[in-house]
Amino acid sequence: MTTVLAADWAYWQETLVKVGLGLVAVLLLTGAVVYMYLFKFVSFMQSRLGPMEAGPYGSMQLLAEVGKWLQKEDIFTENSDRIVFGLAPAIVMSSTFLMFVVIPAGPNAVISDLGTGIYYVLAMSSIATIGILSAGWASANKYSLMGGLRAAGQLIAYELPLVLAVVGVVIQVGSLNLQDIVHAQSDGAIFGWSGIGNPFILTQFVGFLIFLIAVQAELTQSPFDMPIAESELVGGYQVEYTGIRFLVFFIAEFATAVGFAAVASTLFLGGWALPADWASASTMHWLGPIVISAKAVLLVGVVFWVRFSLPRFREDQLQQLAWKFLIPVALLNIVVTGILKVAF
Amino acid sequence: MTAQLISLFATETFEVPANIAFSIIAIFMVIAAIRVVTTDNVVHAALWLMVVLGGVGLNFLLLQAEFLAMTQFLIYLGAIIVLFLFGVMLTRAPLGRSDNLDNKQRPIGIVVGLLVLGLVSYAVIKTFGSDKLDFSAYDGSQAVAGNNRTQALSDAIFSQYLIPFEVISVLLLAALIGAIVIARRD
Repeated sequence: MTTVLAADWAYWQETLVKVGLGLVAVLLLTGAVVYMYLFKFVSFMQSRLGPMEAGPYGSMQLLAEVGKWLQKEDIFTENSDRIVFGLAPAIVMSSTFLMFVVIPAGPNAVISDLGTGIYYVLAMSSIATIGILSAGWASANKYSLMGGLRAAGQLIAYELPLVLAVVGVVIQVGSLNLQDIVHAQSDGAIFGWSGIGNPFILTQFVGFLIFLIAVQAELTQSPFDMPIAESELVGGYQVEYTGIRFLVFFIAEFATAVGFAAVASTLFLGGWALPADWASASTMHWLGPIVISAKAVLLVGVVFWVRFSLPRFREDQLQQLAWKFLIPVALLNIVVTGILKVAF
Repeated sequence: MTAQLISLFATETFEVPANIAFSIIAIFMVIAAIRVVTTDNVVHAALWLMVVLGGVGLNFLLLQAEFLAMTQFLIYLGAIIVLFLFGVMLTRAPLGRSDNLDNKQRPIGIVVGLLVLGLVSYAVIKTFGSDKLDFSAYDGSQAVAGNNRTQALSDAIFSQYLIPFEVISVLLLAALIGAIVIARRD
């Protein structure tokens, strides 16, 4: 029995409310990110207006798009493997939403505060690869299959730097739990000065950069977008998907972006907390979600900025970047962090 | 009857729900395991195997081995199944039924399967037969408990079992290099 909003709720009621609120928060943030960056930010970068008709400044455009996808026919190609084809978006979607379970948005605002927090996030995010591969295979389309294989090769390669970049933070905190990581940063001090706490972007800057690059690749955003390279593969593993199944892939892609950005801001930017005593603990109950949302949206902005600025890598360049540069640097980062941790 | 059932569920221990969950997971795992060897499509077999390995992870969760469960999900679902699918799709993965997936070794397979079942059951019952998991330790403060358990695991690996751990690392490295040597015949 725990107290939420000053009411005594049973475990199942509490869980239901938490999951509901979590879903609303994730979908709202995803929608905001799509409107702000995919519609408006890129339009600004390309000297055009973007959607302007639906709602003020086209702000209702996303709802119109969702309505359009929902009413489209649900097409299965003739030779496709219907069951796998239908299940693949569900696997990707559940992998995305399971990620959010442990991301804290306040002192108590977390669906389940697992002891293995960050490890759980990495495990859940890795399951999406199965969905993408089976989507590519079940479509009965060689472009889809090639897209799926490219995606799998890329996701396996960048899974490693993603995991290794996190290890530095875990060594510094001595815990996998995300709340512990947040508290370690807000209570920390830089050489005795606790003005801004000790956000790990300062001590783990290399890890932060590797994490962001690996996230960019995990999201298959340009310059790592070979799996859906439209000029070579039409749309990769998504070619045969229409209507609501395509919508599920679309939401999963941008919700994963929000999820990884929230994880990155929890690991490296201090999470929901404001450092030291800038705000009292009771204020953080409602300020925390706003703080972490702002940080996450900012980081998604960086992802989209890179996406619309850089051209696509070649396949061999992409694999070389992961195996010959990112992984050695991440391993070196772990060794140095370990030595410094023991030394100090 | 109903009152009894309710009182059963209302107890503080975790035992009854855990047993029910285990039964459901076990049924799914057995069905999926049978489908792995009886299905007539290679990719379907790999996907059924995903259900089996995911079930193993869920069982680890029920035994409160959180770190093991996450490792199971990360390594087996996120890496091994993906590599299976990747390898199968790169070489030979026709859609629909394949007729050449079966062979005439079913009797031997059944014998080996039963022998392994007997051996593992004997070993497990002999070792842990009368042990009972203490579910009353489950008090809702999962974070603290889970963290302590993960810490206990890592402490055990890096103190008491350090030498076996290092030996396994070297063994895996040797296997990795061996695989590369076999694959690259130039």
